[in-house]
Amino acid sequence: MSANASKLINLTLKVWRQKGPDVKGGLETYEAKDISTDMSFLEMFDVVNEGLILEGKDPISFDHDCREGICGACGAVVNGRAHGPEEGTTLCQLHMRHFDDGDVVVVEPWRSKAFKIVKDLVVDRSALDKIIQAGGYISVNTGGAPDANAIPIAQEVSDLAMDAASCIGCGACVASCPNASAMLFVGAKVSQLKLLPQGDIESAKRAVTMVETMDSLGFGNCTNEGECEVECPKGISITNIARLNRSYFKARSLFKKGVN
Amino acid sequence: MLDSKIPEGPLEKKWDNYKFNVKLVNPANKRKFNVIVVGTGLAGASASASMAELGYNVKTFCIQDSPRRAHSIAAQGGINAAKNYQNDGDSVKRLFYDTIKGGDFRAREANVYRLAQVSNNIIDQCVAQGIPFAREYGGLLANRSFGGAQVSRTFYARGQTGQQLLLGAYGAMSRQIQAGKVKLYTRREMRDLVVVDGKARGIVVRNLVTGEIEKYAADAVVMATGGYGNAFFLSTNAMACNVSAAHKAYKKGAFFSNPCYTQIHPTCIPVHGDYQSKLTLMSESLRNDGRVWVPKEAGDKRKPEDIPEGERDYFLERKYPSFGNLVPRDVASRNAKEQCDAGKGVGETGFAVYLDFRDAIARDGRDSIEKKYGNLFQMYERITAADPYTTPMMIYPASHYTMGGLWVDYSLQSTLKGLFVIGEANFSDHGANRLGASALMQGLADGYFILPYTIGGYLAGAKPGEVDESHPEFSKSAKEVEELYAKLLSIDGDRTCDDIHKELGKILWDYCGMARNEAGLLKAKEMIADLRKEFWTNLKVAGTMDQFNQNLENAARVADFLEFGELMVTDALFRKESCGGHFNEESQTEENEAKRDDENFCCVSAWGYRGEGEEPELHREELAFENVELSQRSYK
Ligand SMILES: Cc1cc2nc3c(=O)[nH]c(=O)nc-3n(C[C@H](O)[C@H](O)[C@H](O)COP(=O)(O)OP(=O)(O)OC[C@H]3O[C@@H](n4cnc5c(N)ncnc54)[C@H](O)[C@@H]3O)c2cc1C
Ligand code: SF4
Ligand code: FES
Repeated sequence: MSANASKLINLTLKVWRQKGPDVKGGLETYEAKDISTDMSFLEMFDVVNEGLILEGKDPISFDHDCREGICGACGAVVNGRAHGPEEGTTLCQLHMRHFDDGDVVVVEPWRSKAFKIVKDLVVDRSALDKIIQAGGYISVNTGGAPDANAIPIAQEVSDLAMDAASCIGCGACVASCPNASAMLFVGAKVSQLKLLPQGDIESAKRAVTMVETMDSLGFGNCTNEGECEVECPKGISITNIARLNRSYFKARSLFKKGVN
Repeated sequence: MLDSKIPEGPLEKKWDNYKFNVKLVNPANKRKFNVIVVGTGLAGASASASMAELGYNVKTFCIQDSPRRAHSIAAQGGINAAKNYQNDGDSVKRLFYDTIKGGDFRAREANVYRLAQVSNNIIDQCVAQGIPFAREYGGLLANRSFGGAQVSRTFYARGQTGQQLLLGAYGAMSRQIQAGKVKLYTRREMRDLVVVDGKARGIVVRNLVTGEIEKYAADAVVMATGGYGNAFFLSTNAMACNVSAAHKAYKKGAFFSNPCYTQIHPTCIPVHGDYQSKLTLMSESLRNDGRVWVPKEAGDKRKPEDIPEGERDYFLERKYPSFGNLVPRDVASRNAKEQCDAGKGVGETGFAVYLDFRDAIARDGRDSIEKKYGNLFQMYERITAADPYTTPMMIYPASHYTMGGLWVDYSLQSTLKGLFVIGEANFSDHGANRLGASALMQGLADGYFILPYTIGGYLAGAKPGEVDESHPEFSKSAKEVEELYAKLLSIDGDRTCDDIHKELGKILWDYCGMARNEAGLLKAKEMIADLRKEFWTNLKVAGTMDQFNQNLENAARVADFLEFGELMVTDALFRKESCGGHFNEESQTEENEAKRDDENFCCVSAWGYRGEGEEPELHREELAFENVELSQRSYK
């Protein structure tokens, strides 16, 4: 199919294996043989797992679903980089043509205090859902919304909101941040909603409740390292964090003055 | 005996009449009722949020680690509504008519009309939720046209419409989780429906993290578990999409309708290797600007750039001058197959046709094309390493959507009392073929605007909390679920479940795919029965039950596909006509178009389970068309 004809390569994998959240894990070595360069990284895992199952061994557990880079389920640290070496790519969309025959590939789970390991490469990211539950929405009930064209929104503004709304909730930003901060994730949601007239109304309260919830769940603080932006598969810009900070500090000072 | 309970009155008034006549639950009583929702796609998330807002206690379940990852997230192209913002002659009636016609006159008029009516509310609701739909320079909402329609009624958010709509519904549901009205259960898989005295009373699930079998009772159960396109193994669906929940409900007495209606989408990236785990859709919106062609000469292996204009066959434009590249999906797919079967297919395998943007780029400029389709082009390049700006894309049809599903009446209730089915999981409003951008519309219509009313009609006549988890049916069901997993683990043969699933997929693709005939279907039935035997004697599953075990999860889903696949074939054998996605080679016009048989098959099939090894029982819901004239679909 591909313009550059596919070929077969062999790799040595070192994969983090851990039976459950509270047991010790470690790297184990597997040979991945005859891997087509047209495969995705996860399809390469499928091949390795089929072999392990037939040998009566426990296959490698990893989260995945859409395999199109949109659901945010997949993700692992590959040779030290979240979602692997390609920029703007989720693990499921990373193709083996970016690896060379004989490469050694180290695969580890997202590591963060807020994400417990479930098994192998599978982690518990429910903390991200909890942050959204704290306010990552516009408080409207079903029914009673005005006509969709009642409030025009400038195309540039709506494009910016869409850029921020592209976050897939994968958690790579947290995994790549030296402080395990979720500021890029939170900033993306706060920005999307603040940019839109419908969401601006609640923006002060939203910023505060989401940031406080993030803090309470064990995520670290943002110290402007910028790793998150580099590793984010969806190119979520760090300017969203600046926008969040503005909302947050403005809101804090409002709250201090007792305006709620 | 199948009563679709369509309300009285003229078509335009039926939904109003229904809403006026339906019994209401007193607000103070709503909080006494518990409702289970299985699924957090567009249908399940919007239903959970809306019912919780009304005051019901909702328990919501999904397979993924987060409700935001439901398969709806992957929808690209858009969502339809009859807003007529483009002033191009759209109306509720036109959307209704297009949907009925697109579905090849095999859907219920009243349901489809209601769908078109509430379509406009959906767009209003979504904008209020902060969904960043595409806009014009003046700040108003933009639209595009989609396959099977001659008006621009599709709203979109770049190529990520499903993502944005789902995040809106997920946000609304998250708000109710925070309010304590929705309790969320992630990484849970429904493995059985619990029925007591003919009423749905709860579910049994496997906790996918601990392996425990858990029981949950409620006053009503809503299934929003999506479609069964993964029966084909290779499809555009997400990996966890399954038929298990619907199949279990079928085995507990809910009728299954039209299982043979499957949609094979024309614009997918072609298959390129045995290891392939799924197929990637290239949004249909590409057909607005891309031109589909193959070389005129069979076996022409020149590079596409080297084939002069006169030696290309733009077969859709040639055969369907008025719709051209925008013919409905079933027509586009079948035509691509026909070209490839005639040896004109392109690419390494010969199972592909070109989708060419050369002329659109020359006409509108690269920038404009990039703005519309940039992310799709990027996705294509990432997967194939070919650049669609300079060389045509290659596409081939793939399993994408399933019109069949559990039978429901006008109130979205199945043949089991208290079991409601919404979204892709029901047999739905799309007849024998779904138009582009109409699944998102239907999922949200069901969840936001229809079910929250209709479920009240059922609960108003019910007593809250009549049955709880201590009822013996729950333990019985839990025991059966446990036994099934134990059995899967005990076989210890030498084939993996993926391996067997691939074989099933190939049988269905070859004999129950884009074209079907009696001999092939009969053969497929036998092959599936043999494969099922092979599965239960030669399967190998890793690990144990009491742990996170994706291989075991998968094996149980494949076991259900192996039973359900046969039902697809049985239904295809029954329908001795061609309609929409069901192309029966024994029923075609002289021009090789699908030929319906309205005299004998103007009906919905609804299959009732009769026990292991028994042929299912066929029920028919006859379809009455009072507002449209049945015509042979023509897109010429
Ligand atoms: C690639 C792609 C692109 C598409 N693009 C469009 C488009 O542009 N426009 C359009 O209108 N339609 C589109 N569709 C179709 C549309 O996306 C789907 O039909 C629709 O999203 C289905 O929504 P749903 O809520 O019914 O189910 P899903 O979104 O499939 O959700 C199913 C839910 O049920 C849960 N579930 C399933 N089984 C179980 C179980 N046993 N136990 C517990 N939970 C379970 C899952 O976890 C999930 O939460 C597209 C489909 C695909 C595949
Ligand atoms: S901001 Fe980027 S890295 Fe972080 S969760 Fe969203 S998509 Fe993933
Ligand atoms: S599997 Fe969905 S983003 Fe990778």
